[in-house]
Amino acid sequence: MLSIKNLHASIDGKEILRGINLEIKAGEIHAIMGPNGSGKSTLSAVLAGRAEYEVTEGEVIFNGKNLLELSPEDRAREGVFLAFQYPVEIPGVSNINFLKTALNEIRAYKGLGPIEAKDFLALVKEKQKLVELDGKLANRSVNEGFSGGEKKRNEIFQMAMLEPQLAILDETDSGLDIDALRIVAGGVNKLKSKDNATVVITHYQRLLDYIVPDVVHVLYKGKIVKSGPKELALELEEKGYDFIKDEIGA
Amino acid sequence: METLAKISTTENILKLIEGSAVPSWMGIAQQRSALDAFSLVGIPNRKSEEYKYVNIELLLKGNFSLSGFDKITNQQLETAAFLKDAILIVVENGVYNKTHSSSSLPKGLEIVDISEASSNTIFQEHFAKYAAINSDPFIALNTALALGGVFVHVAKNAVIETPIHIIHLSSISENTILNYRNLIVLEENAQLTLIESYEKIDSSAKLFGNALTEIVVAASAIVDHYKIQDEGDSGNLISTTQVIQKKQSNFSTHVFTLSGLMVRNNLTIVLDDQHIETQLNGLYITNGNQVVDNHTLVDHRKPNCNSTELYKGIIEDKSSATFNGKIYVRKDAQKTNAFQSNKNILLSDDGTINTKPQLEIYADDVKCSHGTSTGKLDEDKIFYLRARGISEASAKKLLMHAFASEVVDTVKVEALKEYIEANISKRFE
Repeated sequence: MLSIKNLHASIDGKEILRGINLEIKAGEIHAIMGPNGSGKSTLSAVLAGRAEYEVTEGEVIFNGKNLLELSPEDRAREGVFLAFQYPVEIPGVSNINFLKTALNEIRAYKGLGPIEAKDFLALVKEKQKLVELDGKLANRSVNEGFSGGEKKRNEIFQMAMLEPQLAILDETDSGLDIDALRIVAGGVNKLKSKDNATVVITHYQRLLDYIVPDVVHVLYKGKIVKSGPKELALELEEKGYDFIKDEIGA
Repeated sequence: METLAKISTTENILKLIEGSAVPSWMGIAQQRSALDAFSLVGIPNRKSEEYKYVNIELLLKGNFSLSGFDKITNQQLETAAFLKDAILIVVENGVYNKTHSSSSLPKGLEIVDISEASSNTIFQEHFAKYAAINSDPFIALNTALALGGVFVHVAKNAVIETPIHIIHLSSISENTILNYRNLIVLEENAQLTLIESYEKIDSSAKLFGNALTEIVVAASAIVDHYKIQDEGDSGNLISTTQVIQKKQSNFSTHVFTLSGLMVRNNLTIVLDDQHIETQLNGLYITNGNQVVDNHTLVDHRKPNCNSTELYKGIIEDKSSATFNGKIYVRKDAQKTNAFQSNKNILLSDDGTINTKPQLEIYADDVKCSHGTSTGKLDEDKIFYLRARGISEASAKKLLMHAFASEVVDTVKVEALKEYIEANISKRFE
């Protein structure tokens, strides 16, 4: 589904990603872990299409298409979803209007007509339950005045509504208490299928107790320096990132 | 050069007045002193502090008439009457058109052609008592030349449920200066929703409108006031609103500038007693070479009053917008709460925003604040929306709507709100 080859990216002339290679197949969950500043958030930003990052080398192929040539909206329409580490507050735009616009633009891209109002409302109701999101929150302005946990739940709610093929969860566990973490992870797990894939980007192992990865990658100084089964995450938690540094002789 | 230009524009207008048939319903003496007051100051140029961001001399260059009007068709009138459920007052080319206006009025509401109101004692008590001819040259010009308009009177305790919609519709075949005015008087405990709209039938002839409305809000009366300015690319409008509020009254105004080559709003509200509530809201969306200039003055004269002001603007292309908001809190006006905010979005590199909050506070126990911000659309918000599959253009549209909604949401007349929203949507296409 997703194939990243030798991806280099920089911001303001400073190289952050230094040759990332990653293959993700449908049905898989990948975790990308790494210390602060290793390039985790840069990777998700580059995949989502943030303009301030410059890709200097390499390629990203998503379902046979060159992802890097697509606008952010076309990436989303192709089925890439980024759950933001810091969801943006947008006063004056209701969650519902926002999702309806998004859903209909994605449908138009696929040659489908706008969703019926009745079907849309039914969909909202169904997906809200998935992340135990209060109906009132759905009617409020996007993320405005939401608590940290509510914002993250809203990200997963959007993901549920848009049904992406590839979901990238950027530090979705940050700022969550244990209950919110359980709800968010529960939502992600319920959305899991053999046709979609999930990339969980995290600093801590904690989230991986709930969303169990097939593969764990360790990102360090802009490169994936080690990949392994889910136990690798436990090892990292136990020994800290220093053990990786020692292992690769950095 | 500047002085020469000033003399010539003002003199041109004085010459034009001399050579035209001027209405006389306001009384020759009053008109003469108004004209004297006008000649003394003349058309402001860019050196005059109050008008430095609008080049009015330039707008008045060339030949103008005081009577270059065309007849307005029924169909044009119908289009202008965009509110279905309203008491209609049609002011056609500056003159009250009784035939096209609503004839059955609710109890307590009186509507009179302003040029036929001079024998009315309430009219006499209030007419031209608040808009002072020596305070502004356009007030003076209007007081000398106004063709007509309406006098609206709401009796004591009368609650007028249906909004009044005064349609100021103009159609001209040559460049024309049009002066017109209204006087609105609410007696004690009366209530009124008043919508004033300004439209011009599309033509290449330039309109220079000088509209003046005086509003008297007696004790405990409530007025919800709206201005919808939409005169298109060849309309220039000086729009003066002079309000006086008495004890425990509530006045809210909402000014929507949707189009116009130049629109200058002079809004003055005098809080002349205690326990008064005042809200000022404004929204301007400008593009092309438009110039929109909002001058507001809230004059707190007595203690225990609250005023809240919110003006927002979206500026595109080479257009320019000015906000100058003055708040006076006089020595007597202790326990005043006065808040003011002006926020702008600049969509282009060539657009201009001048924003000047001016607080003059002479009392010591007050709460006053003002804030102003000007920025572009937030890139993080745009990206967030795009990351969900929304195109860049739709994302910007959503954000502009969101920005405007803070002001649009203050509109209490649902049909009017829908009309404004539809208009704004068209602008963002």
